[in-house]
Amino acid sequence: MANKFLFVLTAVLFSITAHAKESAVDNYKTYCVQCHGLKGNGNGVNVRDMSVQPRDHTDAKSMSGRSDEMLFKVIKEGGPSIDKSILMPPWGDTFSDDEIKDLVQHLRQLCKCKFGS
Amino acid sequence: MKIKMLLPLVFVAIAAPALADDGMAIIKRDCVTCHNISGPAPQTLKEVWNLKGPNLAYAGNKYREAWLVSWLQKPQRIRPAGEFYGNHIKIGDKHDVVDEATLKDHMVLSKADATAVAHELMELKQHDDLIAQEKLEPGTGSKMMGEMMFDKFLGCMACHRIEPDYGGLSGPEVYTASRRLQPQFIASFIRNPQAWEPKTWMPNKHVSDANLQKLVYYFDALAAGEGNGK
Ligand code: HEC
Ligand code: HEC
Ligand code: HEC
Repeated sequence: MANKFLFVLTAVLFSITAHAKESAVDNYKTYCVQCHGLKGNGNGVNVRDMSVQPRDHTDAKSMSGRSDEMLFKVIKEGGPSIDKSILMPPWGDTFSDDEIKDLVQHLRQLCKCKFGS
Repeated sequence: MKIKMLLPLVFVAIAAPALADDGMAIIKRDCVTCHNISGPAPQTLKEVWNLKGPNLAYAGNKYREAWLVSWLQKPQRIRPAGEFYGNHIKIGDKHDVVDEATLKDHMVLSKADATAVAHELMELKQHDDLIAQEKLEPGTGSKMMGEMMFDKFLGCMACHRIEPDYGGLSGPEVYTASRRLQPQFIASFIRNPQAWEPKTWMPNKHVSDANLQKLVYYFDALAAGEGNGK
């Protein structure tokens, strides 16, 4: 009886940790900063030898030229899915769709911009 | 009083020779503060940020034993920005740079200890299942074609160095990969990095079987080319 309870409790706790959603700020800091930079301006630690430079996410002018749907697509499927460089990776196996939606909103905060504005 | 002080000394004298041969005792004493040896891999970002060294819980599925023995006696940096990379970068003039002051030299083992430790590490095989799925053919490939694929077609160079000072910094250098790693591990990790490390900052680029095979040949060609690079 006590054992059964413990087992269920562990199973529940485990599934919570395994599927916990991470915040967009934390995901950006872990995955995007390596190329897009600590400031989000495209100047990451990896950029010196990259043939195409990462997008400056603080640049309202270029970022407002992209719809939220397009930003979602490029994060999930990578640069080539919107005719951009292969150096922008696909993150569909790293994030849930929910986390990608949150990242799109985070990009809107970085550029302080909306689509078409 | 005198006897009380002597007693621990006697114990140390008896225990010491036994420890020198016992790889697992060395690992538990000196390595587990920085390395995970029992799994599971990090499941949350908090755990990723707290990483102080690569996961060794599947060392036996990953490394070449001979390389382990020699590297542990003469460790050289493999990840230009350490582990976890985010704890070792800072804003620079033109772009973010590695914060060298935060990177420490790795501890060095004697030949006897390195041999004993490597032997124990090779017993840690959490992912025989993933390794068994890889079917590789022996063969060779051209370094030039391999580089085209690694850089231009697949965009891997953004995070990996293909020469001592050329390429990205957030991932391990690949010009020594085939000297360090088992070919099945190389193929399996590229095929599905998240199966090994669910929260790794290497993305799954859905590389085809044919290209996985070519990448393994490319890393062979790269490793044959240089010395140890440094
Ligand atoms: C390996 C380096 C790398 C990483 C890591 C990376 N990016 Fe990119 N990203 C690029 C490059 C290079 C471009 C520019 C592509 C081009 O202009 O052709 C880019 C472009 C973009 C764009 C703009 C696409 C457009 O033109 O509209 C968005 C949005 C973006 N990245 C989001 C992200 C997010 C979010 C993350 C983290 C989950 C991320 N990137 C991680 C390299 C990277
Ligand atoms: C202070 C923390 C620390 C301790 C203690 C430590 N290591 Fe490490 N170890 C690291 C870091 C950091 C790296 C990554 C080095 C690099 O990539 O340049 C590493 C790398 C390694 C590697 C290479 C792994 C790879 O995939 O690149 C092996 C093998 C290794 N350590 C074994 C050991 C053993 C065995 C011990 C104990 C005898 C030990 N380490 C103790 C921090 C530590
Ligand atoms: C966004 C950065 C990034 C990109 C792009 C990337 N990698 Fe990686 N790669 C990493 C990181 C980080 C690791 C270490 C992962 C770990 O141990 O958790 C890694 C590990 C590896 C390893 C194992 C090396 C070792 O020493 O353990 C190989 C092989 C590899 N990558 C090949 C590739 C190939 C081939 C591509 C392109 C299809 C690629 N990588 C794209 C970041 C990247």
